[in-house]
Amino acid sequence: MSVLIFLIPVALFLGAIGLGAFIWSLKSGQYDDLDGSARRILIDEDERSDED
Amino acid sequence: MGEPDISNNIRFHSALGTEKSVGYEGLSQINDDGFYELSVLVGGVYCAGCIQKIESLFTHQDNIKNARLNFSTRRLSLIWDGDIECSNGFVQAIENLGYSVQPYDAQVAKDEIQAQERFLLLCLGVAGFAMGNVMLLSVGVWSTSVETMGPATRDFMHWISALIALPAILFSGRPFFRSALGALVKGHTNMDVPVSLALLLAGGMSLFETINHGEHAYFDSAVMLMFFLLIGRYLDFRARKNARSSATDLLSTLSGFAHVIVDGSMRRVLIRDLKEGMFVRVVAGEKFPVDGLVIDGQSSVDTSLVTGETMPREVSEGADVYAGTLNISASVMIEVTKAADNSLLADIVRLMEKAGQGQAQYVRLADKAARLYTPVVHFFAVIAFLGWWLLGGLAWQPSLMIAVTVLIITCPCALGLAVPVVQVLASGRLIKNGVLVKSGDALERLAAIDTIMLDKTGTLTRGDLGLVGSYADDVLQVAASLGTHSAHPLSKAIHVAYKGDLLDVGDVNELSGFGLQGQYKGKTVRLGSRDWCGDPDIESSTDIELWLDAGGKKTCFVFQDSLRTDAVDTVLKLKNAGLNILLVSGDRQDVVDKAGQQVGLDVRYAGQTPTQKFEIMEALQNDQHKVLMVGDGLNDAPVLSGANVSMAPGTAIDMAQNAADIVFMGDGFSPVYETYKIALLTQKLVRQNFALAIIYNFIAVPLALGGFVTPLIAALCMSGSSLIVIANSFRLKWMSL
Repeated sequence: MSVLIFLIPVALFLGAIGLGAFIWSLKSGQYDDLDGSARRILIDEDERSDED
Repeated sequence: MGEPDISNNIRFHSALGTEKSVGYEGLSQINDDGFYELSVLVGGVYCAGCIQKIESLFTHQDNIKNARLNFSTRRLSLIWDGDIECSNGFVQAIENLGYSVQPYDAQVAKDEIQAQERFLLLCLGVAGFAMGNVMLLSVGVWSTSVETMGPATRDFMHWISALIALPAILFSGRPFFRSALGALVKGHTNMDVPVSLALLLAGGMSLFETINHGEHAYFDSAVMLMFFLLIGRYLDFRARKNARSSATDLLSTLSGFAHVIVDGSMRRVLIRDLKEGMFVRVVAGEKFPVDGLVIDGQSSVDTSLVTGETMPREVSEGADVYAGTLNISASVMIEVTKAADNSLLADIVRLMEKAGQGQAQYVRLADKAARLYTPVVHFFAVIAFLGWWLLGGLAWQPSLMIAVTVLIITCPCALGLAVPVVQVLASGRLIKNGVLVKSGDALERLAAIDTIMLDKTGTLTRGDLGLVGSYADDVLQVAASLGTHSAHPLSKAIHVAYKGDLLDVGDVNELSGFGLQGQYKGKTVRLGSRDWCGDPDIESSTDIELWLDAGGKKTCFVFQDSLRTDAVDTVLKLKNAGLNILLVSGDRQDVVDKAGQQVGLDVRYAGQTPTQKFEIMEALQNDQHKVLMVGDGLNDAPVLSGANVSMAPGTAIDMAQNAADIVFMGDGFSPVYETYKIALLTQKLVRQNFALAIIYNFIAVPLALGGFVTPLIAALCMSGSSLIVIANSFRLKWMSL
């Protein structure tokens, strides 16, 4: 059972990374224009600037 | 008849056409980083290509820090470094691509809705994280016995669960707590009251159990309940967020610019700043920004959006013009008689707001269910607590625990998902057929209708005039060549009807109220009204006609506004479904009668103003009729927002599309019938889901009251019932109409 001392924090840490990534994507506005994102996939990459 | 005054407005028009976009520097703002920011609404964006074209204008420029077009809101936000005057150049560049640009007024922003959506998503994300991790620990506890695991390890697992679950409940439960508190303060209850109670009690009691080395903790049940309910809440919010924002959108159409003449020079002034007595120049192709009186010039005005008339109205000095109508043929000067917030357009806005308030009284099926459900659940929970404590001989803690399991397991999960899941699936199926459902409960309201009000122009008909009959090719060629010089609907129709090469007609003048006149091969050719260049001896037809006089040889062209394909068939199907259908139009009696006879409608109202249309609808509603309005114009907008449910074709003006609950694409009229059938199907499935949820509770509640529910059973029951409801909802995808 002592292995739990490592495994539980590891599991929580991985989960927290996922949560952090979700919150970051939310705050940076990636869920604000879902229709637009669905269409942007059709845009050729090399026509676009590197910043996006 | 006197010689018509040949105006030199055409020259004036072209001079104004090259005018630069100005005035946007006033809307630009400086942000925290010292860069300038500008938000504008871009019209005419329909695909990925449009996004790319517009954004790539800016992404290759060094001084632009950010250029992003939001496809959902049509809002382009630009951030740049340098000169504030650049803003006008940016707008000009977009306009040069052929897109229309409107100033975006930050005051009418929908930022709050976006913030709310983000908040719900954040709560959902945190609840999902908590549920995953608590479940991981709980499965460990369930799958072993105390003998193998040992009480210390179990307590350790419970403590970690508590550490994750309690903050998560306090954080993600806020949408429920707020709503419950709001209801309690007003003195009534809603579905969120038992939910909040269950979350807080389950969390608190489980903490109590954990401290006292208890065997069962219900952290997983509480977090799972919260996660499922938040999914339902988020789907519901997404479905409803676009609904009924029409009033704000209308105000933003008043935020454009008008050309005001001050001391002989022209200035661009925001429409909302226009005052009575100002002189405004409105060129051909522009909309009148306010109600006014024509003081100089002659033109034709397309009033179809406001009154529903197919034919343009001729105006000259002294005539009234209304905000929102389109100036077609020549530039005119008007004197503002009513400021923007007193105009006919503003009246329509007020009617729409009034209509919107009436709409708020609608009680959704889910809310009705919640009203029945809440007292019953509370009653059972109290019975369980008092029964076990006073009669059953248990201590108060285990009695309260049983009461909590009753609250959790009667779980409105299935109830909370019953409606949103079906609605999301129905909307998805309709989108594939080119029908966009904008408000979440629109289908529910559509299923309940018994009366339909139909607009004629643009709804039952295509909305534009088409040439009917056959004509000699050379005659048509001359007419079309002349027709290209005008924006009049008849000229356009004749131009569209002719596919071949055009002739070079010189010296073309548009004589407002009469027609076009030009020179071809040394002869004067005229295209215009019967009185001006027609043959009075030939009997006039009931249809709209246009005459060509090519050096004495006269031809009559006949136009009709044709019905949408399958309009007749669809109206028949709707009638057979037992619906009462009215044709309500602003057009002339004879035109309305003709269209009505073609599709077989006996109840016809012609020449209706927006207010009269609204009164017809109110009268119907006062007689307890549930009304569906189908319309496309500004004159329909108040009825669209006031009717129990409304639909607009994709060709409708933005305002009508915004006011309508449902928008359908394509040339056909059949989507109206298909959507109605899907709405009926949706309601059937929703009722089945409610029935499933009730059956589930008949099994679960006695178990919980008897005290047999462990956390494992609670988890199985809750997810099981939710999955059954979702599975039943998915039948919508395959069921035929």
